Amino acid sequence: MRRSIGTTAVAAALALAATACGGDGGGGDGESAGAAGGELSGTVTFWDTSNETEAEVFQALAEAFEDEHEGVTVEYVNVGFDDAQNRFKNAAAANEAPDVMRTEVAWVADFASLGYLYPLDGTAAVENQDDFLPTPWASTQYDGQTYAVPQVTDTLALFYNRALLEEAGVEVPESLDDVVASTDAFDAVGATPLYVRGDDPYWFLPFLYGEGGDMVDAEAQRVTIDDEAGVAAFERMQSLVDSGAALTDTSDGWENMMSTFADGEVAMMINGPWAIADATTALGDDLGVAPVPAGGATQASPLGGWNYGVYAGTPEADASFEFVRYMSSAATQQRVTEELSLLPTRASVYDAESVQANEMVQFFKPAVDVAHERPWIPQAQSLFDPLRVSVQAMLTGSASPADAAADTGDAYRDILEDWQ
Amino acid sequence: MADAVTPPGTVPARAAEAPRGARGPRRRADAPPGRLRRRLSTYWYAWAMVAPVVAVIGVIIGWPLVRGLWLSLTDADEANVERRIGVNRIEATYEFVGLDNYLDVLRDDVFWDRLGWTVLWTVACVGITFTLGLTLATMLNRAFRGRTLYRMALILPWAIPAFVSVFAWRMLFNERNGILNGVLGNGGIDAVPWLSDPTWAKVSVIAVNVWLGVPFMLIAMLGALQSIPAEQYEAAEMDGANAWQRFTNITLPGVRPVAMTVVLLSTIWTFNMFPVIFLLTRGGPAGSTDILVTEAFRLAFVSSPRDFANSATWGVLILLLLVLFALAYRKALRKQGEVW
Repeated sequence: MRRSIGTTAVAAALALAATACGGDGGGGDGESAGAAGGELSGTVTFWDTSNETEAEVFQALAEAFEDEHEGVTVEYVNVGFDDAQNRFKNAAAANEAPDVMRTEVAWVADFASLGYLYPLDGTAAVENQDDFLPTPWASTQYDGQTYAVPQVTDTLALFYNRALLEEAGVEVPESLDDVVASTDAFDAVGATPLYVRGDDPYWFLPFLYGEGGDMVDAEAQRVTIDDEAGVAAFERMQSLVDSGAALTDTSDGWENMMSTFADGEVAMMINGPWAIADATTALGDDLGVAPVPAGGATQASPLGGWNYGVYAGTPEADASFEFVRYMSSAATQQRVTEELSLLPTRASVYDAESVQANEMVQFFKPAVDVAHERPWIPQAQSLFDPLRVSVQAMLTGSASPADAAADTGDAYRDILEDWQ
Repeated sequence: MADAVTPPGTVPARAAEAPRGARGPRRRADAPPGRLRRRLSTYWYAWAMVAPVVAVIGVIIGWPLVRGLWLSLTDADEANVERRIGVNRIEATYEFVGLDNYLDVLRDDVFWDRLGWTVLWTVACVGITFTLGLTLATMLNRAFRGRTLYRMALILPWAIPAFVSVFAWRMLFNERNGILNGVLGNGGIDAVPWLSDPTWAKVSVIAVNVWLGVPFMLIAMLGALQSIPAEQYEAAEMDGANAWQRFTNITLPGVRPVAMTVVLLSTIWTFNMFPVIFLLTRGGPAGSTDILVTEAFRLAFVSSPRDFANSATWGVLILLLLVLFALAYRKALRKQGEVW
């Protein structure tokens, strides 16, 4: 059969173009709606983004909701953290989103600005509002309304290997200068002081805040990453690597950080409460946690954490509100802390005996109290990609710290139109 | 296609119609329905056979393409496209902006950087894959013990889903505890930053793509080789041609038609090889391995608000480049006398 190669090529190219536009499906359809005579019924679909260790606990907790409300079925779905934001957005725009979504603190403004989240002020979802810690609560606000309820809060801290520090005769460092000063001591015992992630810009934030800088000043609508403090932060990271005080990779950072820390190749790493379970498995009692080392100006790390959001188009609003209330209640939060050492978002939970006795909570609570809030703007998440590219460019030697800071600033001004 | 199944008997019908049409002004009121009915009655079977294909192609290719073209001429992003949230429907509010998106992209250095690397990546991958595939095929195209085993082993990469192999490669390439650096370390060679250095990352992605692409080339070339009549080789041997002469004068011309097709297909696939790049390096470090499609993906799915218009613009430009390439390729083939 004779066939035009041009047509074949066009058809092949088209087929490829078409396959690139796959859609994500999501289930959020319940059969019956709302409360009938005070008793809740329906199916609440809950998308959880927690990691493997955490997922078991959250699934059990979510499904325990069925015991309290016989008419309600909870459909628990674990979605990968990496693409959860996009999957939710795709599903939400097509009315296929889950009823309840575990929403990262920086996603709330993004989802809310697109109209995907249910305003929760005055609904059953928000119970005893004053009990929530002020910083996590701030992340649920957008445009003067409440769009989510805090689940867990977190921040970054310094994880250290007690045995290695003792062997090298080094005190827990309070500043990055201390870290650099300890290089020789650790070298003598065959270790490097610190692991620095070069592939994930979130881990760059302690350096940035430590020099007194920030990504943007949301109130003044100004980009601040390329000011003096921003450049200093890039320089600080580069000098840590250059001086041999830190190991870094621009790919596979998480795996390499966890394995080098577990093997004792590095004595310290910067990490969050979500790594406590894994790090404890690796080091046991040798694991110590301290505040992030200070930069030239101060000691600060970013506020992270998760919230529960309710999809604006949910047909099961009442059951969903009740589910969120239950999941964010003091009793549930206490169980999460007992089993996973994650930090509760309710002040009252910190009074519970089991929580007070938790070593990780004892450390992380003061750190969270002074954690640096991130800009709660819809574009918050897209500020990371340019930063990642610039940090990689600097670490691979294709840009100076000053250029890296300037490039990031330019990219931010493209993303945030009309900002200075 | 419709012509191919035209039943006999069509020609008399047309012939009968012609003189009537030529005789003075046609009465428009009844002529068209008559023709339509006649056409339907003669071709209905062909149309019925073609309809599903047309419908499917229209839905899965035509509509997305037209929509993509349209979006590239607007300022659409996720904040202004139509959305359905529960019972509410938010209408689309994006506007037509003409060719602004194209001008912006073409004026941007990023596009030309990515294009340069994409071309290099495609040429390197296709060139190496083809050479390896042809070499291996020539080696396997003879009878020897364990031939089936060899063939199976070489086709194996094809039997594994691409993303699985890419993840496996990523573990091999890991700078600190990957097997590759472990082996090099035992040989006293310093660790190679496979995925962390811009140049090495480029080498790594090409290596993985070649590994993935060789089986296809191998099978295609093996098929081509087996279609070359053995008599030609025998005759050449009788004439005293050595192995190299037999290869250049019989094998190469013999596999040419197949080679041309697979090179074209392979070029198109490699040009748009999203999974290898994205899963291995995410385009990093610092965008050094980003090809055009991964950049388009970033615009559509990573930035927030997701920029559908710009992403569509990149998509259309990629399509145009591939179509231009295919046309040029075809012209070059024509010049060399290939009947395609």
